[in-house]
Amino acid sequence: MNTMTMERGRLDEAPPTTTGSETMVAFERVQKTYDGRTLVVEDLNLAVRRGEFLTMLGPSGSGKTTTLMMLGGFEQPTSGRILLEGQAVERLPPERRDIGFVFQNYALFPHMTVAENVGFPLRYRGIRGAEAKRRVEEALSMVKLTGLGERRPAQLSGGQQQRVALARAMVFKPKLILMDEPLGALDKQLREHMQVEIRRIQQQLGITMVYVTHDQSEALTMSDRIAVFHEGRIQQLSDPMTLYDRPENRFVAGFIGDNNTLACEFAGTENGLGVVRMPDGTRLFTTGPSGQARADLTVSLRPERLGLDGPDRRNAENRIPARVLDRTFLGDRVRLTLEAFGSKRIVASVPAAEGAAILPGSSIGMACFAADCRTLTR
Amino acid sequence: MTETMSLAIPPTSGSLGAALRRAERPNRLRAFALALPALLFLVVTFAAPIGLFLTTAVRNPEVRSVLPQTVAALDGWDGRATPGEEAFAALAADLARAKEDNTAAALGKRLNYESAGMRSRIMSVVRHLGNLKDGALAPQFTALDPVWASPDLWAIIKRNGSAVTPYYLLTSVDLAQDASGGIERVEESQAVFLDILGRTLWIAALVTAATLVLGFPTAYVISLAPSRIAGFLLLLVLLPLWTSLLVRTTAWVVLLQTDGVINQILLALGLTTEKLQLMLTRFGTVTAMTHIQLPFTILPILSVMKSIPEGQMRAARSLGAPPFFAFWRVYAPQTLPGVAAGCLMTFILSLGYYITPALVGGPRDQMMSNFIATYINRDLNWGMAAALACLLLVMTLSIYLLFLRLVGAERIKLG
Repeated sequence: MNTMTMERGRLDEAPPTTTGSETMVAFERVQKTYDGRTLVVEDLNLAVRRGEFLTMLGPSGSGKTTTLMMLGGFEQPTSGRILLEGQAVERLPPERRDIGFVFQNYALFPHMTVAENVGFPLRYRGIRGAEAKRRVEEALSMVKLTGLGERRPAQLSGGQQQRVALARAMVFKPKLILMDEPLGALDKQLREHMQVEIRRIQQQLGITMVYVTHDQSEALTMSDRIAVFHEGRIQQLSDPMTLYDRPENRFVAGFIGDNNTLACEFAGTENGLGVVRMPDGTRLFTTGPSGQARADLTVSLRPERLGLDGPDRRNAENRIPARVLDRTFLGDRVRLTLEAFGSKRIVASVPAAEGAAILPGSSIGMACFAADCRTLTR
Repeated sequence: MTETMSLAIPPTSGSLGAALRRAERPNRLRAFALALPALLFLVVTFAAPIGLFLTTAVRNPEVRSVLPQTVAALDGWDGRATPGEEAFAALAADLARAKEDNTAAALGKRLNYESAGMRSRIMSVVRHLGNLKDGALAPQFTALDPVWASPDLWAIIKRNGSAVTPYYLLTSVDLAQDASGGIERVEESQAVFLDILGRTLWIAALVTAATLVLGFPTAYVISLAPSRIAGFLLLLVLLPLWTSLLVRTTAWVVLLQTDGVINQILLALGLTTEKLQLMLTRFGTVTAMTHIQLPFTILPILSVMKSIPEGQMRAARSLGAPPFFAFWRVYAPQTLPGVAAGCLMTFILSLGYYITPALVGGPRDQMMSNFIATYINRDLNWGMAAALACLLLVMTLSIYLLFLRLVGAERIKLG
C-alpha cells in the first residue's frame, strides 16, 4: 500500500495487483444500538480487502451508514471489535485512525479556500510549506481541479465541490477512504461521470475504499464487492455479477434490479436441477442454494432472462406458455406484461427487434434457463 | 422554455431593463404603499423629534434675541480695546428691555457657560439700570464691576451674536474657545466629558466581553442539545427579555445591596468576614448590565451555530484535527458572523444604558446617558444634552461602520 503512491498512478495503468486476500479492515461480531432496545447493526462480520472497492448497499435504516460511522470513529460499537490492519481501533478517536472520509454533503469548510481545505489534513501531519503546496497541487490535479485552489467552496459547482472533498480525503494518503453517499446531491449525468472518476482514482492509487449508497446501479457500476445491508445484517456479500445473477435471498433478489418473484413448492430434483411446482401446477427447473427441500420457496427470475422461445433458447430447460397483457416500448427494449404461472404480473424484457411484432392479447411461447430461475428460502 | 419567453418580447420594445422596471413598478409601488404608514410613524415620532433636538446642540438664540442692539454696536469693533460708549449705551438699552421682558436671567445663564460670573454681572447691571445717570456709561459700568472694561468680556458677547455656536459641541469633547476665538483644551479640572466618554466605551466593552464569554458556550450547548431540551434552554435565555428592565435592575439592587442576598450568603458560608460593597460599584454595574444584555449576544450566535452543519466538526476530526483544533479552526470561525452581530448589538445597546448605572452604579460609573439626563432634567441645559447626544450618536455610528469594515456587512447576521 505504501508503495502505491500517487506519483506512480497513471490513467492507463492496470488495476493494482495487491494480494486480494489481505485484510485491511475486519468487523468482528460488531453490534450497535442507540436506544438500548433495537439493534441498528446486528452481529456484523465483514472483512474489507486491501485495495478493493467495497460498497455497502441498502435502503435507509439498514445499518450501512452506522457501520461506516463506526469505521470512521464517529460512533462506538456497542460490542464487538473493529480491526484496522490487525489493530483494534474501536476506541481510537477519528483523528488518529488515518482514514479519509467523504461526507454526504461534502462538509467543505466554507471559510477556507479550496487549497486550504485540501491542505487542512496536512497541517496535522507536520507537512508544511513547499511540500504541502506540492501535495495540494497534486491532489487537485488528480481530481482535475488544477488552478481552482484560490476559490472558495461556495464559488464551485456541486460536482467541483465533490471533487474537492475527494482531494481533501486522499491528499494525506490515508490507509482507507470512506464515502457516505457522496454523489447523492448531484444530477444523474454528473453522478454517472463522477462514478467513473472515483473508480479511476481508486484504481490509480490502489487505495482501499468503502462506499455507502442506496443506489444499486451505482453499487453495481463501481464496486469490486458489494455488501447488501438490510435490517442491520449483511444479506449478501459478493461481486456485482454474482449479486445480480445469483441473489441468495428474497431481499437481495428484490432490491437489486427488477425481478419476478413467485411463491412455489418444492417438487424434487431431476438431472441435478431443483424442480418446483408453480401456483398453476407448472413445473419449473431451477437452481438455488442447497437445502431447498421445503414448502415455502420463492423463485426469482429476471425480466431479461425470460425470453421468447427461439433459437437462442433452444437448450433452455423451461418452456412457458403465456398471454400478453401489455406492451411498453422502451427504446432499445420492449417490456411485456404477461399472464403466466397463474400470475398476471410476470414481466419480460425482450430486445426491441423481437418484441415489435408482439401484440397485446396474443399468446406466445416463452423460455428460460434453469440457471436463471433462482429458488430462495428467505 | 427560455427560448419561447425571449421570443415573446418584441425586438422593438427598447431596452430590456427598462421594460423590466416598467413591469415591476406596480409591485414596487404597492410594497412602498404598504410600508408607508410605518415610515410616516417613524418620521413623526422618531426621526423628526430627535433631529430637531440634536440641532439644539448648536442653536444660540439668547444673545441674538436679548441683545440685538449691542450685537449691532459691536459689529465694527476690532476686539482689541474696550468698545466705545455706543456699545455701553446699546447694552443698557437692551438690558432695559430684557428687564421688562424677563429675559435677562436666561441671557445671564447662557453667558455664564462661557465665563463664570457673567450671570451676576448681567443681573447686577439690570438691578442698577434705574440708578444710571446721564453722561458716559462706561465709567458707571466699570464702577459696578471693573471687568466691563475688559475686551475679553465684550468678545464673548460679540461671538455669541451669531445664531449658531460650537460651544456645546466643543465642551462635550473638553474643548473651548479662547477670547480670540481659537480652540484650546479646557483646564484639567473642567475636563470631564472625554473621561465620561472613555468610561462609557469601557463599560460597554466590559459588558460585551462578559456576555460573549458567558453567551458563546451557552449558545453552543443549546445548538447541540436535542430539540426539546434546546427549546427549554432557549426559554430560559428569553425569559429575562420579557421582564421589564426596571424590574431586573431593581432585582439586582436587592441582590447586591450591603444587607442583600449575596452578602448574606457569603457571610453565612464564611467566605468573607465583613460585608462587601457591591452596590454603587463598577462591578455591580457591569454584572447587572451583563445579565440584561446576555440574550442579545446569545441569540445571533445561536442562530448562526444552528446553521453550521454537524458534518463540519466530523470532517475536521476525520482529517486529523484533534477536538479542540477542529473546534477552533473549523467551527469557531464559522460562528464569526453571529459573534460579530451579537457583540455589535450588545456593545451599541450598552453605550446608551441609563437606568442600570443610575440605580446600581456609583458616581464614577455614570455613563453618557446619565449626564444627558442630568442636563435635561436638572440643569435645563438642552444645548449640552444635545451635544452629548450627538457625541454618543457619532460614536455609535462610527463603531457600527468600523464593524462593517472589519467584519463585512454580509457577514453580520442579526438572527
